Amino acid sequence: MSDNYSLSNLRELEAEAIHIIREVAAEFENPVMLYSIGKDSSVMARLAEKAFFPGKVPFPLMHIDSKWKFQEMIDFRDQYAKDNGWDLIVHYNKQGFESGVGPFTHGSKVHTDVMKTQALLEGLDKYKFDAAFGGARRDEEKSRAKERIFSFRDRFHQWDPKNQRPELWNIYNAKVHKGESIRVFPISNWTELDIWQYIRLENIPIVPLYYAKERPVVEVDGNLIMVDDERMPEELRNKAEMRMVRFRTLGCYPLTGAVESEADTIEKIVEEMMTATQSERTTRVIDFDQDGSMEQKKREGYF
Amino acid sequence: MTNNKLDIQEFLDQDQKKDLLRLLTAGSVDDGKSTLIGRLMFDSKMLYEDQLSALERDSKRIGHAGEEIDYALLLDGLKAEREQGITIDVAYRYFATNKRKFIIADTPGHEQYTRNMITGGSTANLAIILVDATKGVITQTRRHTFLASLLGIKHIVLAVNKMDLVDFDQQVFDNICADYTRFITQLDIPDFHAIPLSALKGDNVVDLSDKTPWYHGKSLLEFLETVHVGSDRNLNDFRYPVQNVLRPDRYFRGFSGVVVSGVVEKGDSVVALPSGKQSRVKSIPTYDGELEKAFAPQAITIELEDEIDISRGEMLVHPDNVPRKERHFEAMLVWMDEKNMDPNAQFFLKQTSNTVRARIDQIRYKTDVNTLEHSEVDQLKLNEIGRTVITTAKPIFFDPYKKNKATGSFILIDTMTNNTVAVGMIIDKIESEYLPSKITSEEEVKIEKGIGLVQQSEYQKRYNQKGATIWITGLHGSGKNKLAFSLEKQLFQSGATVVLLDGSTLRSGLNRELDFSPSDRAEHLRRVSHIAKILNDQGIIVICSFISHDEDIRSQCAQIVGKDRFHLVYMNADIEYCRTNRPELYKLGEDGKISHIPGFDIEYQIPNNANLILKSFDKDLHPNIVLNYLGENEIYPLK
Repeated sequence: MSDNYSLSNLRELEAEAIHIIREVAAEFENPVMLYSIGKDSSVMARLAEKAFFPGKVPFPLMHIDSKWKFQEMIDFRDQYAKDNGWDLIVHYNKQGFESGVGPFTHGSKVHTDVMKTQALLEGLDKYKFDAAFGGARRDEEKSRAKERIFSFRDRFHQWDPKNQRPELWNIYNAKVHKGESIRVFPISNWTELDIWQYIRLENIPIVPLYYAKERPVVEVDGNLIMVDDERMPEELRNKAEMRMVRFRTLGCYPLTGAVESEADTIEKIVEEMMTATQSERTTRVIDFDQDGSMEQKKREGYF
Repeated sequence: MTNNKLDIQEFLDQDQKKDLLRLLTAGSVDDGKSTLIGRLMFDSKMLYEDQLSALERDSKRIGHAGEEIDYALLLDGLKAEREQGITIDVAYRYFATNKRKFIIADTPGHEQYTRNMITGGSTANLAIILVDATKGVITQTRRHTFLASLLGIKHIVLAVNKMDLVDFDQQVFDNICADYTRFITQLDIPDFHAIPLSALKGDNVVDLSDKTPWYHGKSLLEFLETVHVGSDRNLNDFRYPVQNVLRPDRYFRGFSGVVVSGVVEKGDSVVALPSGKQSRVKSIPTYDGELEKAFAPQAITIELEDEIDISRGEMLVHPDNVPRKERHFEAMLVWMDEKNMDPNAQFFLKQTSNTVRARIDQIRYKTDVNTLEHSEVDQLKLNEIGRTVITTAKPIFFDPYKKNKATGSFILIDTMTNNTVAVGMIIDKIESEYLPSKITSEEEVKIEKGIGLVQQSEYQKRYNQKGATIWITGLHGSGKNKLAFSLEKQLFQSGATVVLLDGSTLRSGLNRELDFSPSDRAEHLRRVSHIAKILNDQGIIVICSFISHDEDIRSQCAQIVGKDRFHLVYMNADIEYCRTNRPELYKLGEDGKISHIPGFDIEYQIPNNANLILKSFDKDLHPNIVLNYLGENEIYPLK
């Protein structure tokens, strides 16, 4: 057959993801798409919109709000959901929030555990979701390289690396008992470059924080932390200076390091990425807690 | 790749047009497999500085490569595995060159992990099989090659590694190639290349090495960049398993799915399976606009010109090119579960978007993955492979795996644990009627107990009715037979499955030794009730027309048949009406020639629990009254 029937890698990955999203919608009673507001989430949400076009996506988006996200992320989230007709659920750990848990006072470990992991599990239990889409990619981190696309979780949302189902061809086993669930990663096979390419190709809106701009930042333990609100201790805030920075990943502002950059377009971002000497996750503070820490968090139910 | 001179726009435009090659690497850490992958990624500059420095740190701490960088550490993600020094699952790696993007499924070579290689290889276009030049073709090499051929991987690269340890000796390489070629003649491998290399030193991995001037082929990476895999896809047979039905509003109904093989164009005639209903493709709407045509493996939505009912699990195909439709077929099965196969268990079989119940009828033989020898076995264990015969509860639509991976593959799911316990590849060589079928042990127990193998629900579905007994009681001449016979005719004509039992037929044969004495009447009705019960058990409606004058006996009959399916119809006619209607018998009674005539010389006990009471004055309506009753009580018809 001629080249008329060849599909580029990006379109092949797109088709694979749409197939996965539709399988989940068809086989689970109550799926949800976890939405982190990051670029991967943005791509995943667009893929879901495509999967059910011209219909409406038959499941909601859920954002686990740690209450420490960048304000620009929250604004973007609300606008995106509104513009694209999504049902948006925002869940946060009320108890943690009321007892004032935060990264400055409790450290990244406690904060992540209470406001992200616990909050996520709470949210999943509250709405009794039996399938949750996540935007994780296998190329992000070593322990994810072995993650299944349908990742089975027991009644306590726990992931047992030794007890995962074999996954062949594109046939996904969607059978779970009551209370058990799966996490689904439709963009498992995408690389960081694929994500940027797709955002460029499809004109997908992303949080402006990804683009370089003069922002007030403070250097903390080698990371450039942006001053996003008054909750940053005053002695740190006082040291803030305006620098041309952007974010390669987005999370809680005190836990997400900025990189100095001039890249204010996707093309420039990719160019910067292609010549970068640091992998994506190095700007995430939580990975450095302990060796193999991402795997530890996964076992506990965090992605 | 990081050529800064290339304009970034141009780079991105080129990059997004690259195609994707999925490949499998098989071999053990000892063969230098992880080193090879690490080298491919390193030399194509896919490693970041922080990953490299972590690698250097880890190499010194837990590495197995002495002072050199241990690339294997890059690839072993999980903590427990890292400590054991082995890769125990499939890990996926990503890298790209100027020409192509690659997804590597990295699988271990140890014997107990056939399962992982099968998993990693299921989506691969190409397999790299590593051989240690100092060891040559070993058992493991044969196993990996067999598995690759079983999975239908069309391109195989034999990477003869550690050539540095044999002084890049051509003779060693040639001997290994000759050994290997001899082995693969018994397998189905369309495309095979051998490359001499040293992963550790980098010879022939990315660039051709000057140490192998006798080798005239491509380097490994160049081969991977240029091997043609486009024609591996099946673009001939249009198969479209429906995943979801989209009905955003009452004007639009679309069937979404993946074109798993073939091509479909707007205007094409298509047929829906299993219904066989035909229509044409009206449009292929997508988020990015309408398509004129779509091909494998695009995920699309199809709108048809006619409103036909299609649901998930059904398939759209071209009318002149349809898949096989069978309940009974052969498949190569790979057992993936720690628990051994239970030959009598039932499974869920998932194939395309369709899930049906299935059982394994027979294991024709087990194939030893090391020697390829066949042996007879009763069950399969983890990592074992066998040729099996499978029966599904409903027919499935498939093509042989060799012709079409997407419609020829399936997984078996344990109905209790929900684990994926086995995976299968359908073979289509022997007609289904010549394949053995078996009765399961569960069924054998039932047969021993005399319990039918067909479920009540299956009868109900087939007959569209519930097994029930309509028992008509009343005096001689009250119109029982007239009702019974016309009811039988009307039910039969409307499609019901019905049997009529009446007094004179039974008394002329089955019960001919019985007379009209009270005890014989009781025996007569006992036998009738048992026949009715057997027929009801098998889903059939029975009409019984018997005087049955005694309340106790009638309730005994109801007991035998089963109270919930015993429907009593009382013909409420007085004796004068009956005598006028059928005078002969009553005349014989009057003349003293016979006795025991109910209502005449013995009492007819009027039932107080009849489901229907029919009066003689509207006798023409009787059949309709009963039919209405059957409909209202969901006996017949069911829908």
